[in-house]
Amino acid sequence: MSTHDQPLLIAEGLSKNYGARIGCRDVSLAVHPGEVLAVVGESGSGKSTLLGLLSTELAPTAGRVSYRLRDGDMRDLATMGAAERRLLMRTDWGFVRQNPEAGLRMAVSAGGNVGERLMAVGWRHYGKIREEALDWLGRVEIEADRIDDDPRAFSGGMRQRLQIARNLVTRPRLVFMDEPTGGLDVSVQARLLDLIRTLVAEMGLAVIIVTHDLAVARLLSHRMVVMRHGRVIETGITDQVLDDPREPYTQLLVSSVLAA
Amino acid sequence: MSTAIPGTAILDVSGLSKTFILHLREGARLPVVAGAGFEVFPGECVALGGPSGAGKSSLLKMVYGNYRVDAGSILVRDGDETIDVAGTTPRRLIRLRATTMGYVSQFLRVIPRVSALDVVAEPLIGDGVPRDEAVKTAGALLARLNLPERLWALPPATFSGGEQQRVNIARGLIAHRPLLLMDEPTASLDAANRQVVIGLIEDKKRAGVGILGIFHDAEVRDVVCDRVIDVTSFAQAA
Repeated sequence: MSTHDQPLLIAEGLSKNYGARIGCRDVSLAVHPGEVLAVVGESGSGKSTLLGLLSTELAPTAGRVSYRLRDGDMRDLATMGAAERRLLMRTDWGFVRQNPEAGLRMAVSAGGNVGERLMAVGWRHYGKIREEALDWLGRVEIEADRIDDDPRAFSGGMRQRLQIARNLVTRPRLVFMDEPTGGLDVSVQARLLDLIRTLVAEMGLAVIIVTHDLAVARLLSHRMVVMRHGRVIETGITDQVLDDPREPYTQLLVSSVLAA
Repeated sequence: MSTAIPGTAILDVSGLSKTFILHLREGARLPVVAGAGFEVFPGECVALGGPSGAGKSSLLKMVYGNYRVDAGSILVRDGDETIDVAGTTPRRLIRLRATTMGYVSQFLRVIPRVSALDVVAEPLIGDGVPRDEAVKTAGALLARLNLPERLWALPPATFSGGEQQRVNIARGLIAHRPLLLMDEPTASLDAANRQVVIGLIEDKKRAGVGILGIFHDAEVRDVVCDRVIDVTSFAQAA
């Protein structure tokens, strides 16, 4: 079996309770290199909690998450030290958030936002960092002359593209995305989706994307997980789940949108 | 899967049954097929026949793994392996589609901002063909299908139905896939372009590709299809 056939991330029996309220219940899944997995469901279904657990931003009440490091070792993330985990998040992982203010440093220039991740992995040469930042701004379609502007001067779509550049500059293997196109105009969404789709394919990224938008799941993902009340209720190839949904709740979701 | 296809068929369907359950309509049951079975061999084109509503499209979608199956098997020869579409894992099915089983749908699912040329070249690039070469092959295919060159660099969203269908056919036929599923490939084409598509299908057959399709156009069906399978008999059983 080649390394490509081995999972990059495995979640087993993940549960999270907020007091008496259940955020996530007994979720198991695996993501392989280069694979895009969409997690769909309505608000309160537990999909954002699941993303928090997978990315170790939240601690599970039960269950565990394992990740395959670049040397091939599969590690239980709970047994990693805080420093080691932080390094992983800065280098091998990315996290694109719905709200760019949560994923960017708003008072730092666009170039600085991208360069900061490079400095975190040991880049020191100012000229090289600026050159790489410039290259990445170009890849996400931000004009070179905006490199010294801070993101407060950017539109919502530009901020989101900058956030993507900041996350991808260290060439991560796994990127978490939480409603990356939420709250944007439709035309801006289309441009961003196309950009994400292209970069993900070019870089062979694994992505776990949380979205309530089934059209986004259709365009970007290979496989889908449908959540309700904190549980995974249906999984499969994306077109299969959308075109032949089996569970009553999934049928309701699919029938509630226009031509997803 | 351990079951191998007996003989030389590329596709072996047996005992296939499917009923849609509509939970939003008080669990109404919509039978599609029951006990469907047939084979497709390399180099032949097999048409699914029968009136609208007999389940032709659904059957084609089941073979592709787009619709799920209640019972039966759909064995596809994949090199030295035999994969049961009805029972394999999602990841294996995705790989089967990438290497072995192509699908030409009736309509192009337009991707925002991607040019017609790139839409067509994508499957070849996925196969590992260098970009320049893939784009060149895509251009040649679009030229053969008489799509004006001024359209190649544009996203097909604004194209006419016939133009979109030619982009769709080119995308579906550009790469070699031993099994091809075609859903009305000539529905919105004029006579000249129908002839081009007939030629492309004949080329595929000569290359040993097994084709299963729905061809409402009698002229096309009579020329390219070697056999017709009457889906009505499967539907009646359901």
